[in-house]
Amino acid sequence: MIQVRELSKFYGKKAVVEKVNVNIHRGKITSFIGPNGAGKSTLLSMVSRLIDADTGEVLVDNDHVQKMKSNEFSKRVSILKQSNFMNVRLTIRELVSFGRFPYSRGKLNAEDIRIIEQAMDYMGLMEMQNDYMDELSGGQRQRAFIAMTIAQDTDYVLLDEPLNNLDMKHSVQIMKILRRLVDELGKTVVIVLHDINFASVYSDRIVALKNGRVVRDGPTEEIINSDALKEIYDMDIPIKKMNNCNICVYFNS
Amino acid sequence: MRDSTKMIILSALAVVFCSLYLFHDLNGSFDYALPRRAIKVLAMVLTGVAIAYSTVIFQTITHNRILTPSIMGLDSLYLLLQTVVIFFLGSSHITIVNRHVNFILSVSTMIVFALILYRLLFKRGGQPIYFLLLVGIIVGTFFESISTFLQVLIDPNEFLKVQDKMFASFNNVSGELVWWALGIVILTFLVGWKSFNDLDVLSLGRDTAINLGVSYDQVVKLMLVISAVLISVSTALVGPITFFGLIVANLSYQFFKSYKHKILIAGASVMSIIALVGGQWVVERIFTFSTTLSVIINFIGGVYFIYLLLKESRSS
Repeated sequence: MIQVRELSKFYGKKAVVEKVNVNIHRGKITSFIGPNGAGKSTLLSMVSRLIDADTGEVLVDNDHVQKMKSNEFSKRVSILKQSNFMNVRLTIRELVSFGRFPYSRGKLNAEDIRIIEQAMDYMGLMEMQNDYMDELSGGQRQRAFIAMTIAQDTDYVLLDEPLNNLDMKHSVQIMKILRRLVDELGKTVVIVLHDINFASVYSDRIVALKNGRVVRDGPTEEIINSDALKEIYDMDIPIKKMNNCNICVYFNS
Repeated sequence: MRDSTKMIILSALAVVFCSLYLFHDLNGSFDYALPRRAIKVLAMVLTGVAIAYSTVIFQTITHNRILTPSIMGLDSLYLLLQTVVIFFLGSSHITIVNRHVNFILSVSTMIVFALILYRLLFKRGGQPIYFLLLVGIIVGTFFESISTFLQVLIDPNEFLKVQDKMFASFNNVSGELVWWALGIVILTFLVGWKSFNDLDVLSLGRDTAINLGVSYDQVVKLMLVISAVLISVSTALVGPITFFGLIVANLSYQFFKSYKHKILIAGASVMSIIALVGGQWVVERIFTFSTTLSVIINFIGGVYFIYLLLKESRSS
């Protein structure tokens, strides 16, 4: 379990994240939702030590993140940000191999190579493993990065808006893969989502943020109802049940 | 062609140029000319390696392939130091005449300056690298302006001494200093070696590097210190010569198509040895000192970049 305790981040005097308390349960997909500027990405970045928190603490399976060695942490929690700028030209295989860096420090052994190939296979990238990253489509790039985090082999996988700039087909593909990561490999996935329907259909738990505070936190069924959504988004959103999924019809509300 | 083949060819070329420089037209002067030439070759090899190494790591930590460490203003500080000493103490003062004293003074001033700069900037927290570059440019320009101001006021004979310091020259390098510099450069490799793999990850960007367990701030600080030390040593040894780091670093990226810093740094180093030793040989033997090394390197570098531009525009 990841426990977030009284976590705050200030830019100047403005609190972007303020006294947030959240528990992230093992073996589940937890979605962070909320309007723009709610502090979702900042919260995720603090949990994954990409930025320092001003107050509060984060515990991963009862260990303090701030006290953990960076290399140890990277074997337990991985984070994938929304923009992945690269200064070098890499093939898919080379990128995925970087996922083993916390273990191998650059020298791959047979075990590492087996895991790398497994990860590429899992993401359906085997045929194009020698293609260069800058020649791929958005969906393929995203899959390659997710393959890297799979190769990193952490219990917790945090993703910051992985569906950004992806079309419907690729978004569904990515979400299904994340579901499989949880159901088949027993990972814990935390994901920042903008499309509330993806959160509704694929996640086990939802944490809703607004103005840097948690406004709702609970199982998906409890959050996906018109009352809760009104509180989160200030919109009247009707919910329709279709094929066993709760779909929020927000387009004309 | 595989990377190892390319490296062997380049190294062979470097060896050929070094031996050409050492033995061509020697006329059996093994006792007099050879040791002197050997010192010059060693100085060129050292400076070449120092510039290549510092430029590659600097470009990786700044995520920018058109910057060189000279942007931190160390060369300007070196010139300012020399100008100030000559202006106030005169060119016959021990700090100018005695090259050992001058070397120690220059190196320590530049390193202390760099350390103070880093310390101030990293204390602020956040992402200090771009701020560092900005401060470096401003401080560098400031140093240059003061130097120019003093050079205008200075006695014309003394100005000639200052001018000597303004251009890199391999023609009167002190043998003993080369050994000192060699020690320092080897030391930077020993210290940096373990972090070369971290640098590979750093080129994926800060967030990915931290995600993969690299102690980002620590590696960046270490590399900044290493590049400051290398620049200081090479500048104090032969004068300001960082201009061609840009060329060899980019040549190495182009030629080796690798992300591994061990290969990139080695490649850039061998290329700068070829450029310096080969260039110096051409200057001395073919042009008989009628032109300077920097002219030749800039000319070849310029031609190469135009070639790259043309190639890029054709492929896209």
